[in-house]
Amino acid sequence: MNLHEYQARDLLKVAGIPMFDGDVASTPTEAEAIARRLGGTVVVKAQVHVGGRGKAGGVKLARNPAEALECASQILGMTIKGLVVNKVLVVPAADIATESYVGLILDRATQLPVFMVSDAGGVDIEEVAAKTPEKITKIAVDPRYGLMPHQALTLALALYRDWAHVKAATKIMMQLYQVFMNNGASLAEINPLVTTPDGKVLALDAKIIIDDNELDRRPDLAVLRDESGEEPSEVQARRANLTFIKLDGNVGCVVNGAGLAMATMDLVKYYGGEPANFLDIGGSSNPEKVVNALKIITADPNVKVILFNIFGGITRTDDVANGIVAATKQFEVKVPIVIRLTGTNEAEAFKILEGVGMVAMNDMDAAVSKAVGLTKEVA
Amino acid sequence: MSIWIGNETRLVVQGITGREGSFHARQMIEYGTNVVAGVTPGKGGQQFENKVPVFNTVAESVAQAGANCSVIYVPPAMAAGAIMEAADAGIELVICITEGVPVLDMTTVMPYLADRKVRLIGPNCPGMITPGEAKVGIIPGSICLPGPVGLVSRSGTLTYEVVHHLTGAGFGQSTCVGIGGDPIVGTNFIDCLAAFNDDPKTEAIVMIGEIGGTAEQEAAEFIKANVKKPVVGFVAGQTAPPGRRMGHAGAIISGSSGTAEEKFQAFESAGIGIMRRPVDVVELLKGKLK
Repeated sequence: MNLHEYQARDLLKVAGIPMFDGDVASTPTEAEAIARRLGGTVVVKAQVHVGGRGKAGGVKLARNPAEALECASQILGMTIKGLVVNKVLVVPAADIATESYVGLILDRATQLPVFMVSDAGGVDIEEVAAKTPEKITKIAVDPRYGLMPHQALTLALALYRDWAHVKAATKIMMQLYQVFMNNGASLAEINPLVTTPDGKVLALDAKIIIDDNELDRRPDLAVLRDESGEEPSEVQARRANLTFIKLDGNVGCVVNGAGLAMATMDLVKYYGGEPANFLDIGGSSNPEKVVNALKIITADPNVKVILFNIFGGITRTDDVANGIVAATKQFEVKVPIVIRLTGTNEAEAFKILEGVGMVAMNDMDAAVSKAVGLTKEVA
Repeated sequence: MSIWIGNETRLVVQGITGREGSFHARQMIEYGTNVVAGVTPGKGGQQFENKVPVFNTVAESVAQAGANCSVIYVPPAMAAGAIMEAADAGIELVICITEGVPVLDMTTVMPYLADRKVRLIGPNCPGMITPGEAKVGIIPGSICLPGPVGLVSRSGTLTYEVVHHLTGAGFGQSTCVGIGGDPIVGTNFIDCLAAFNDDPKTEAIVMIGEIGGTAEQEAAEFIKANVKKPVVGFVAGQTAPPGRRMGHAGAIISGSSGTAEEKFQAFESAGIGIMRRPVDVVELLKGKLK
């Protein structure tokens, strides 16, 4: 789960990491009031889960409270890459001497949290990693012992020469590690960590991703999810316990298992089609899940055909067949449905579908190429 | 045996009285797996299905029933504890099926295991099967056939799809291993490839990867340098948009090191047969088996 910048700032603040004052606003008047309280020039930043906010006009400079009001009214309600902006962060326009990158990520290779810091900050760290990897210092942390003081010091020394800066940054490394561990993060990033002309070290922007697997045992973190900032169909799917990602094509896919779902999308493309979505109905699927899946997919006007690809293991294919029948009784499905079922209870499943005049197939390639063919006929 | 599980496996099911645990324990027994014990704290002394003794701890199941392999079906918040308990009891192979284990829990589990003589498969995996001998996990036994193909995969149902094609073409399997799709898993491709390479019953290897991370690229390097048997490979997620989680925590493309195309290129340069579709496994293996 991605946190908004203002939510990430809150978590850093709790840990004591120094940063510029600032606050989040939902209305232009609130933004104006924050700008007045801060005094001087401020930056008004859209709080939305996409990159490239600045380029899309979601980050603006305001020299006084009246301009902050004006900027906020332009940004609030605007749509950036399909997502509506409901909140803005108002922070002082900082006077900055240097910018660095500080990140802590869960690394697959070492199977540990790994710190990455670079004095080439404020830019895309992936680009630094690709072009000048020697500018990045990495230290893996063994969570049994935590971040040790000498490790924090080594990281700080990679960024600064001035001892006051080094001391301040060492403390920030320790604090960021606490934020990461205490909140079940898979990424915690300060980018940039800045120094000011008067010698302070401050976090200017923050990004935190919480491991979704933590949310069940951490209701305090689960409430941070901002559903208004997500694709509505994806929110609906999550509530129905489905994993769904909307894409741009016209073949709606309903599959059990993430790997098979991706392979199905790949096969759609292989046969010349474009998938409309990724949808995993998961393991032990009951008919209700299938009904919900069909509701979500049929709501997408781009979908010209629906493709089921179910390999029964724990998933019983007769449950899926019953779900398809139930859905078509509850609402009219206007596009053709191509069904591939194999595995657990497939004979029953085929019978259930035949009972309502539907034909299921056994082979994945045959089903996918048929579905893709149908999109071309309908067009 | 083929690799890691077989006729000498003596299995303890952790979470045997739970909904998932009891369902799959029955399936494993039906398949012929030697299930010697179950563990559910507080239910020690009971019998599962009137034949399998239930213990309060894994240590008891080792001492009294001689368990040497464990499979875990406990809820996600308890999975890390269950893995460490099994390792502490001297179990040498622990297979964790549980999905949704917090990744930070796994960062403390892995160093704990490193200090002991134990192999962990998973978490968030379908487990393993040595067809005709033992099934540990949730892979449907009915789709498998004993034979010479070793299979290792990060996925669940996609594995079944490929096994289904293999069995349909008469290509049986020595062992199938689902290593799981999480960012931190106990056993990786390389561990399995090395075991299959050394296994006299395995003549060819099928490897099924996913987008995200660099495990497939590292496996390809390993194959190039060490594996003498024919290998064919697939990578799911060729059409996945960058940066989106696709059901598996592992399947995130971040930066440049994780796209399907990059992984296929690594396969190609290691001489691995490229499966563009799951069904391609059949053509690619033709003529490569005795």
